[in-house]
Amino acid sequence: MSAVSLGYYPGCSGLGTSLEYDASTRAVCRALGITLQDIPDWTCCGSTPAHTVDHVLSSALAARNFAQAETAGIDDVITPCPSCLKNLRNALEHMEDDLFRARVDALTERPLTRPHTVKSVLQVLVEDIGLDAIKEKVTRPLTGMKVVPYYGCLMTRPASTMRFDSPEYPMSMDNLLAALGAEVLPFPLKVECCGASFGIPKKEAVTRLSGKLLDLAAGLGAHAVVVACPLCQMNLDLRQEQINAANNTHHALPVPYFTQLVGYALGVPEKELGFDKLIMPLAPAFTAMQEACAKATAVAEKKPAAGKTEATAGGAA
Amino acid sequence: MRIGVFICHCGSNIGGTVDCKSVAEESYAFPDVVFSTDTMYACSEPGQQGIIDAIKEHNLSGVVVASCTPRMHEPTFRRAVERAGLNRYMFEMANIREHVSWIGKNKDANTNKAAELVRMAVSKLRLNRDLHSKSFPVTKRVLVIGGGVAGIQAALDCADAGLDVVLVEREPSIGGKMSKLDKTFPTVDCSSCILGPRMVDVAQHPNITLYAAAEVESVSGYVGNFEVTVRKKATYVDWDKCTGCGLCTEKCPSKKSFDRFNEGVGPTTAIIIPFPQAIPKKASITRDACRQFTKGKCGVCAKICPTGAINYEQQDELVSMKVGGIVAATGYDLMDWTVYEEYGAGRYPDVITSLQYERLLSASGPTGGHVKRPSDGKEPKNVVFIQCVGSRDVSIGRPYCSGFCCMYTAKQAILTKDHIPDSQSFVFYMDIRSPGKGYDEFTRRVQEEYGAQYIRGRVSLIYPKGDKLIVRGVDTLMGGQQVDVEADLVVLAVGGEATQGSPQLAEKLRISYDSYGFFMEGHPKLKPVETNTAGVFLAGSCQGLKDIPSSVAQGSAAAAKAIGLLSKDMLASDPQIAQVDMKRCVGCGKCIQVCPFKAIKEVDVRGQIKAEVIETVCQGCGLCNATCPQGAVQLSHFTDNQILAEVEALCRF
Amino acid sequence: METIDLTRPDTAFIREVEKESGQTVSKCYQCGNCSAGCPMSFAYDIPVSRMMRLVQAGQKEAVLSAKSLWMCATCETCTQRCPNNIDVAKVMDVCRHMARREGKGGVYAVKTFWDAFMQSVGMNGKVHEIGLMVMYMLRTGRVFTDVDLAPKALPKGKMSILPHRAKGRKEVADILRRFHEGAADEQKVQARLAAAEQAGKQAATQEGGRS
Repeated sequence: MSAVSLGYYPGCSGLGTSLEYDASTRAVCRALGITLQDIPDWTCCGSTPAHTVDHVLSSALAARNFAQAETAGIDDVITPCPSCLKNLRNALEHMEDDLFRARVDALTERPLTRPHTVKSVLQVLVEDIGLDAIKEKVTRPLTGMKVVPYYGCLMTRPASTMRFDSPEYPMSMDNLLAALGAEVLPFPLKVECCGASFGIPKKEAVTRLSGKLLDLAAGLGAHAVVVACPLCQMNLDLRQEQINAANNTHHALPVPYFTQLVGYALGVPEKELGFDKLIMPLAPAFTAMQEACAKATAVAEKKPAAGKTEATAGGAA
Repeated sequence: MRIGVFICHCGSNIGGTVDCKSVAEESYAFPDVVFSTDTMYACSEPGQQGIIDAIKEHNLSGVVVASCTPRMHEPTFRRAVERAGLNRYMFEMANIREHVSWIGKNKDANTNKAAELVRMAVSKLRLNRDLHSKSFPVTKRVLVIGGGVAGIQAALDCADAGLDVVLVEREPSIGGKMSKLDKTFPTVDCSSCILGPRMVDVAQHPNITLYAAAEVESVSGYVGNFEVTVRKKATYVDWDKCTGCGLCTEKCPSKKSFDRFNEGVGPTTAIIIPFPQAIPKKASITRDACRQFTKGKCGVCAKICPTGAINYEQQDELVSMKVGGIVAATGYDLMDWTVYEEYGAGRYPDVITSLQYERLLSASGPTGGHVKRPSDGKEPKNVVFIQCVGSRDVSIGRPYCSGFCCMYTAKQAILTKDHIPDSQSFVFYMDIRSPGKGYDEFTRRVQEEYGAQYIRGRVSLIYPKGDKLIVRGVDTLMGGQQVDVEADLVVLAVGGEATQGSPQLAEKLRISYDSYGFFMEGHPKLKPVETNTAGVFLAGSCQGLKDIPSSVAQGSAAAAKAIGLLSKDMLASDPQIAQVDMKRCVGCGKCIQVCPFKAIKEVDVRGQIKAEVIETVCQGCGLCNATCPQGAVQLSHFTDNQILAEVEALCRF
Repeated sequence: METIDLTRPDTAFIREVEKESGQTVSKCYQCGNCSAGCPMSFAYDIPVSRMMRLVQAGQKEAVLSAKSLWMCATCETCTQRCPNNIDVAKVMDVCRHMARREGKGGVYAVKTFWDAFMQSVGMNGKVHEIGLMVMYMLRTGRVFTDVDLAPKALPKGKMSILPHRAKGRKEVADILRRFHEGAADEQKVQARLAAAEQAGKQAATQEGGRS
């Protein structure tokens, strides 16, 4: 694995509600030898609200960031947030049309001079770094932790824009978590909408939709719901008690970012991964994991030979 | 030469946007034209008579008709000029409908173009020569490819008419998709009870030779005299010795083989007789599943077989034969529905195909006709049927309606209630298409008498929750209302597609196929069972998806065409074939290399190598003509000079 | 229910939706798959398949007044599963854009939230989550919205009271200002492009003349 250098767009929530996503992304990239260069003085990507106003406007807000990237000599950008990714990608795609590009330029007054690419952190880990390379570096496997991966609706959609994994049943995060040693449960609603940004203006959207996700994840016996989107994380974690109150449920499911678990497995110190920033504490998931591990070892000791090697393989790796 | 020109109005089809009268007048200016007129319908009885009268009155030696595509009416007009005493090849057709009036709106430009096309036709006609057909004997044997209900019908009809029939079936038994069905619509009668006797008839008919577990390897030759090679695939059982007792299938230790006949509902053994009514009732070994082949040791079936029929050394065998006509009846397959990720793409065991459900319903199926869902063997109570899975879906490249799913879904909903009286069926549909006799009444009965819930709308998502499947759909008749069904079993009415290998077979038969692999009929209305290759006919779903009554009707229709063709002892050959000018030929052999029909051979003419066309094999494609560096090979009726005369007529400025 | 006069559809509206979205609305055969999969349908006044039907019928007022436009989460499920490859989400998008241009109020809470979001972006260059919340609460009067979350989020240091202001915030504000001044209007930009092309041609001819 050669050293990789990429431009980095953290996204606004990385400064607030998803501090831990930003921190763990940086830590994981460091551990994997990816050098991140922040886009200097980046600004809002356009995101959902601008998108609801006008496509040229949202693309112009995105384009300013590419113009900033150019000042630092950055062409290829990654971002952890799928919403930012979609908007940045959409802008590049739309600007292939000359008239659209001219309209964007009329707003930014800073025409772009070079071609750019944007990828998600997940895509870079899975496609560019590769699962085998990550697996090799695992020092603290997640053996025994039952997780459901929840991608959210934006990570792979629309397929023609995102061009990554399946828009209906993606597997990249499943495979990544499995490479860390976790027991990945098949989660049929892994791309169903969580209620998105309606948490504030229409709370019922979140209590209903995210509630359904939590119900199903709990029903499957998951120790954690692993996410890749700040908005999903906020809905499932910060609003979990609101959801419980609205639906008369008693979920206490931790909702870590996949980068936090990758970082843990790679041996990154926990304080760099922002575990303490999660509202629903992650500790019970680790406890459950250790219990499961201990149980497996106990069973293995009763039945020596084949069973034993299997149970301890994760620990030794 | 004395040429007559006839400009057809085709009602308003041509006359609407072409000034036919002025084209006719202009034609008088073309060389050798002594008579020219316009006519309302040249192909009608008075229209043809007008041509015949003009030939006689004006002593014409050649005729040009400017009208529609020659595909339909060139034979009509050739017969007309023949009736007037001319050679049928002293006739040319200019297509001023498809090439002019239907594609252009500007009348002046159209009229001008029509006149240009007539000028070209006249220029070519001036170089036409009388051509004469030769006659050759036909082989009174028919090859039927595919032993489904359409192929069975075609084979029996041909055999009953006294023709020899060779029936080739890819699977180890005939019967096709119909043999997998439990009941048939709209009468709900037992499928194998009505098909079984027909299958037995095939086995017992003295005129029918059946090759099951066999495929057509190659086809050469031409109408009346095709040379066909059939590959009999190794079944590792000597079928001459096998009595179909089934002992081997009972004792076979490899019991996890994919059961093709039962659509994978439950496993089967490595040596199988596909189903109790199989014809031929012979055993065959699935090589990939057999321990003798995969592990190199077992031999249980060989030990147990009372007649010593097992032969692990058996090889494929090629059989060649001559046939006069061919009926393609290769049927259809279900499309691969696992492209639908939102329906689980095969991850959920209780989401099954309609054909799998037939096997669950069938008394001869793996559950003995008790509906047990695959995951846990429980009897389902809420059964959801989803129509148009893989039909009418542009996003996966299947825009067409499969035609039979509405009806079989209604039938399955009825059978569900019959099998499980306390069950409830839910049918998600987009439109109910039931135009057959008694069909619409049937789809009403399932709702009115059997209480099936019909919901107009597609299903967006299926996901498991506990031991149920949540089916998230919509009721568009309630204005786009989202609906959920907690289902125990989901049956997908999967659409059909051309059977695997259809394009390859079409190429062997030299017939056309559409972008979905369905074989093309000669004319969508007037030649529904013929193809553009003489002597090759179509029956059943290989031409386009259809239900059992239509497949049987087409089987009989294709048989009628084959019987008609082979009722003659001699056929006339097409004289529009290549000819070699021996003086010009330098024996380079390029024509032999390009000929797709192997119709040119080398001959020794006084010590020199020359090319020679085998007249009965040549199909007149003209590749040799275009390839010959010496211009020695010329395609009769399309010689270089004739083509160049047309080009010159067009480029005279 | 009022009778709709089908003989007088608003064809200009249909054309405008088709042009802005790049979609052919007549491709919709009303299977309802978009409505079936729509996670926000429970909050819609008109399900998305019916929105498509209303666009097909040129029912501009009904479409642009629909609350549904404002409740769409842009999750793209409708687009993803449309059997006719229609980008349904994009049709919803452009209808919402048109509704905004026509001054439709939309769903007050949603529109206010989005407007507050854009204002926060305009002020800081980035979104300041606390500032956005305060702005939203002040405008809607929903002062108790999510107050239960504050004691959870604040101690985590996730909500900084002061915004992270970008140096380029003026640039962002300029983009928004130019947008509202109509600098990106299609006709205007098109005319400018044409003029530039003309000038380029003239320059080239002059150049050619000189050499």
